[in-house]
Amino acid sequence: MSAPLLPPIGMLAELTHRCPLQCPYCSNPLELLKANCELDTQTWLDLFSQAADLGVLQVHLSGGEPTLRRDLGQLIAGLSARGVYTNLITAGVGIAEGRIEAFAEAGLDHLQLSFQGARPATTDRIGNHRGSHEKKLETARRARAVGLPLTINAPVHRNNIEEVPEFIDLALSLDAERLEIANVQYAGWALANRDRLMPDLAAVNRQADIVAAARERLAGIMNIDFVTPDYFAIYPKPCMGGWARDAFMVAPDGTVLPCHAAQTIPSLRFERFGDWRLAEIWADSPAFNAFRGTDWMQEPCRSCERREVDWGGCRCQAMAIAGDAAATDPACIKSPIHKRMAMLTDAAQAAPEGNESFIFRRIGATPPT
Amino acid sequence: MTALRDRAIVSLRSAPSLPRHVRIQYDPVRQAFAVLSPEKVFWPNEISLDILRRCDGRSTVERIIADLAADYDADPEDVAADVIAFLQEWSDKLLVKL
Repeated sequence: MSAPLLPPIGMLAELTHRCPLQCPYCSNPLELLKANCELDTQTWLDLFSQAADLGVLQVHLSGGEPTLRRDLGQLIAGLSARGVYTNLITAGVGIAEGRIEAFAEAGLDHLQLSFQGARPATTDRIGNHRGSHEKKLETARRARAVGLPLTINAPVHRNNIEEVPEFIDLALSLDAERLEIANVQYAGWALANRDRLMPDLAAVNRQADIVAAARERLAGIMNIDFVTPDYFAIYPKPCMGGWARDAFMVAPDGTVLPCHAAQTIPSLRFERFGDWRLAEIWADSPAFNAFRGTDWMQEPCRSCERREVDWGGCRCQAMAIAGDAAATDPACIKSPIHKRMAMLTDAAQAAPEGNESFIFRRIGATPPT
Repeated sequence: MTALRDRAIVSLRSAPSLPRHVRIQYDPVRQAFAVLSPEKVFWPNEISLDILRRCDGRSTVERIIADLAADYDADPEDVAADVIAFLQEWSDKLLVKL
């Protein structure tokens, strides 16, 4: 049965790949785009306008570091004029005086600020940027001072998983309404650094208990969203809520993608905004239609009662680990190679600690083979 | 760590409002009202929408219950239970301010 095509609700706009931080778990592709590949202001505004026409209600402005775009205020104003809910996803380092206030003035609805650690030394080490923690605290204060609602995003991995209780305290102290405890998804740079980032099962279980208790304790005070580490899971994540089902993303050069890592699937070709209209890409792109709905599924997904819950999991993880983008996500217990996930997590525990061994994310860094 | 605020509990005297990060908006593409929040979009049913629209920061819960009971020609006690439960749930998710 072919499902009807629904309009997209959410769009993630990666305005730039430039970033002052070098986090080794970055979800950007290994081949980062330089500034001269980025869409210009007018093209982003056209794209946003077409997105609103198509039914997009929320746009997440991300990167790289989106505040490096000098036209960010203009882009926010353009979205706001169309009634689109805007969420700025920032590392919060080096935002010039007056700009956060200007973003709020332009109609920004919400700000999401990442912390690489709950402790200054951890933040500075993981992002490979000295003094970044202090700058992030300042960004949070400035955002709250102009009344912007705040989410703290904590990407979690082996090097900071024991700081989860401190992340909760940090978010409370910064008057955040929301905290994301987001275990790193092993795609992009995180996949390249998997052996140095993967936590062990005991730490994952401790973390799950801490988060569950905090959620109960903080009901009505702070929302905690918990993105679990799927290598330890029984069922896969419904990645993107299903491939090309209600959300998509756009790379800095205007390439429209169903998810962050879609370009790691070698059989797919992706269209660029400008060559095609957004509505055409959404409806007719062969890459968008490749894994849309359930028709593409093989067994065990095809006859699984969870096929419209998990949507087969993550296509890019199936590609990376099973070598077949149409396979069941190996995170699923029904995958014939599910055991491989435990082997990978075990193998990671033997890898060396410390940032000497990270492959830091930067333009021109040698991608590992 | 002490939180900067406490969990709010619905009372008949509460005057609920929508916080700045939440808004109700008509979506012409889907021809329905959406509630927009930081990461989620909700599609409230008619009764939920009727409650949320009255969350203007001035009307008390008591008043909202009386209005809805009149509009729906329903027993105020039944309406009260539903409205209070709904507002507490939405307040606990920080989607409504009490």
